Amino acid sequence: MNWEIVIGLETHAQLTTASKIFSGASTKFGAAPNVQASAVDLALPGTLPVLNKGAVERAIRFGLAVGGRIAPRSTFERKNYFYPDLPKGYQISQYVEPVVAGGTLTIVVGNAQKTVRLTRAHLEEDAGKSLHEDFHGATGIDLNRAGTPLLEIVSEPDMRSAAEAVAYARALHSLVRWIGICDGNMQEGSFRCDANVSVRRPGEPLGTRCEIKNLNSFRFLEKAIEYEVRRQAELIEDGGKVVQETRLFDPDRGETRSMRSKEDAHDYRYFPDPDLLPLEITKAWIDEVRRTMPPLPDAMRREFEAKGVTAYDAHLLTETREKAEFYASTLKTTSADPVSVAHWVNGEVSALANTTASGFESLPITAPAFARLQDRIHDATISGKGAKEVLLAMAAGEGDADSIIEKRGLRQISDAGALETAIDAVLAAQPRLVEDYRAGKQKAFNALVGQVMKATQGKANPVQVNEILARRLAATA
Amino acid sequence: MPHRESLRRLAARLASREVSSVELTRHFLARIAKHGAALNSFITIDEEKSLEQAKAADAKIARGEAGPLTGIPLAHKDLFCAKGWLTTCGSKILENFVAPYDAHVIERFNAAGAVILGKTNMDEFAMGSSNENSHFGPVRNPWDTAAVPGGSSGGSAASVAAGLAPAATGTDTGGSIRQPASFTGVCGIRPTYGRVSRYGMVAFASSLDQGGALARSAEDLAIVLSTMAGHDARDSTSADRPVDDYVGALARGVKGLRIGMPREYFTGDLAPDVAKPIRAALDEFQRLGAKLVEVSLPNQALCVPAYYVIAPAEASSNLARFDGVRYGYRAPDYADLNDMYRKTRAQGFGAEVKRRIMIGTYVLSHGYYDAYYVKAQKIRRLIADDFAKAFGECDLIMGPAAPSVAFDLGARTKDPVQMYLDDLYTIPINLAGLPGMSIPCGFGDRGRPVGLQVVGNYFEEARMLAAGHAYQQATDWHTRRPAAFDKA
Repeated sequence: MNWEIVIGLETHAQLTTASKIFSGASTKFGAAPNVQASAVDLALPGTLPVLNKGAVERAIRFGLAVGGRIAPRSTFERKNYFYPDLPKGYQISQYVEPVVAGGTLTIVVGNAQKTVRLTRAHLEEDAGKSLHEDFHGATGIDLNRAGTPLLEIVSEPDMRSAAEAVAYARALHSLVRWIGICDGNMQEGSFRCDANVSVRRPGEPLGTRCEIKNLNSFRFLEKAIEYEVRRQAELIEDGGKVVQETRLFDPDRGETRSMRSKEDAHDYRYFPDPDLLPLEITKAWIDEVRRTMPPLPDAMRREFEAKGVTAYDAHLLTETREKAEFYASTLKTTSADPVSVAHWVNGEVSALANTTASGFESLPITAPAFARLQDRIHDATISGKGAKEVLLAMAAGEGDADSIIEKRGLRQISDAGALETAIDAVLAAQPRLVEDYRAGKQKAFNALVGQVMKATQGKANPVQVNEILARRLAATA
Repeated sequence: MPHRESLRRLAARLASREVSSVELTRHFLARIAKHGAALNSFITIDEEKSLEQAKAADAKIARGEAGPLTGIPLAHKDLFCAKGWLTTCGSKILENFVAPYDAHVIERFNAAGAVILGKTNMDEFAMGSSNENSHFGPVRNPWDTAAVPGGSSGGSAASVAAGLAPAATGTDTGGSIRQPASFTGVCGIRPTYGRVSRYGMVAFASSLDQGGALARSAEDLAIVLSTMAGHDARDSTSADRPVDDYVGALARGVKGLRIGMPREYFTGDLAPDVAKPIRAALDEFQRLGAKLVEVSLPNQALCVPAYYVIAPAEASSNLARFDGVRYGYRAPDYADLNDMYRKTRAQGFGAEVKRRIMIGTYVLSHGYYDAYYVKAQKIRRLIADDFAKAFGECDLIMGPAAPSVAFDLGARTKDPVQMYLDDLYTIPINLAGLPGMSIPCGFGDRGRPVGLQVVGNYFEEARMLAAGHAYQQATDWHTRRPAAFDKA
């Protein structure tokens, strides 16, 4: 029973404009219901849409970031259907010609790198929210969200496993935050993924797919796909046929289930919105946006790899733009080796950053200050263990690396002569351990090292201690 | 008598303090109270609000800050949102809707110090050519109350014709200013698409709708249009282009003007009692120095079918917002959401509106979109091209505004398609986005007025108004009033 899994993802990213895509109302999250819905958002009679240029600019940024084709001319279409959270009775979207076509995204799964193709990305407005639980026998409609700009990003069905789908979702999430077009807050609904899943025997044409909605975390995305794949495979193996439908993921049960069946497949009766002019994007505008774009994750990853960092580490370093810039800035002023700096940034510094929601953006240590710390490790002023202590002290605001090292007396003893003296003293004082070592007990060596560290109040350079101790023991064998 | 006077005369009398805006407004309100029922041309009157504005206007005049419309009461078609005013669009589904904001056009009139006299009756959501489709009852033609005034701006046209308002606003999607102007013997202008902001003007067919004016003379139209026209950033289809000096250009005259007469207009469809005054008007223009040339609009026959695909399509989408959820009428009893939608819209909309929503939904639906909607848009391009070519050979195109004089109430209601076909002269102008004007040029059978349609190239309103003005200096059709409404 060899099944090939085929997955495509549709992602709705809320764009970071201050106001809505077709009205001037605020897009800020968390306001009391319906206070951020203007006359246009309420679809009062006589109101008209006016396009927010900032939304277009963000779409252009996305197109440039994925290497897509930005349409010199695209139109807005009306997608017509009735639902209370859709005030106009239609959603303004793009159908025939989207603002961005094509493009690619690089994903990493384990050690393998893969390119996922994008079909398109288009601009549209979000609907309001329907609140079914809070009112007895009625539904509350909050239109604050109505009109928020969305970029709908559609991938080709290039993914072949849940892991690849999650890797894609993560990479896309990282990218939209990187270029500043979306805050990626999945809890608040700024970044929403729907998965289209089908299975087939290798070599056969594409199977019938199901769309899975309500996936607001990467974990849910993974679980839902795994369940759905099993469901479809079992269904076919039992002689059944997969029905094309939309399914909701139930996180409590870990299952997908069919949505209440809608009467007919929707005919949205798309037609060009006569209230809006065609969107024209000139080469000059694209060039202007390109000029203001930051270096992109792929480019920075290549830069880091050129310095000797592994692909895996480079991927971690470019998780967010702030982290990548922190690393790159550190490298500019440190003599330390890029690979060990990378381990520090991906390790201790990331652990520190992850204690706050804003991560590297609000790290209390600047890159130059961190570079000084790296220098002190590099020139063996302090040990790795000591450096960890210094890092935390720096984060707590105790000062710069050098002053903390002095104040806390963390300077390690690296003078060979001093170390030899200390080691010889320990060897003389621990004949039994020496005998154990000669007898082949490796633990005795560690114990001797421990004794040296104790004798030097932990300040001996552990690398040198190991080296000199080993030499001494070998010499007196 | 104020209801016989031009806007220029009224403005002069206000400026010289011969009469106050309050007195003027009271005069028209009294006439409405006396004659309103006979015509049913108003849906909403609010004396208190009108007089409050009149008082403010008088203060403005006293400060020497008066403009051409300061203190002048104007009637507004009931699809212009006016803050605090019931705005019904002639429909039950908005019978309780008080607009919380002003349309751009209303903002301009308010800034000019004009007074809102009331909201006029209209075919529901501007769909109709006789003003028999209103939830608030039909409007009657002041020339013969057994006749329709035309539509959809029937209330505005009848009010101006009967002297219940010195001027009024209207909207024109397929002829809804020009045809009622023709039927009631007043002047009406629909400007170039994009000339007047649609913000706050409840949409029927977005690519065809345009706001305009009805008044007693080309000069009065020029004064009102000057205030209405201009760019508005809140309407993405609003033309960002300076407004011409319509009043200043009035005295241009018509010497050397080439007037195109489309051969397709003067066929058997045109009733002889209409053809006669039209030909007489064209002869008059010739006498005034214009040159008559024959032009051709080869795709003329396709315009009505194309329009009755495109307009309902856009309307079916524009009217989806009337669903009983946020404002307006909601059915009192319903079992669930879909039931609420169905009942609200079935009860709230009239028959013609429902008809057009169904047509529009059909032509946009999967499998029919290309054959109907796309095809109709292609025909639209051909019609626009016809006019472009014709304007290579002439400066203005003239002909009838309607194929007959006003018909009797109830005469055409059995056959909606017949009514649609009567829009054949006005519709092509909307499809092409051109400006069009109708001015009275005589009378046809049963003493009912006939209107001459004047069509200009894009943004040529000044030329059109000047031609109308020249004609009105030499003739007096525009001064005729229906006797029944002429006394105080």
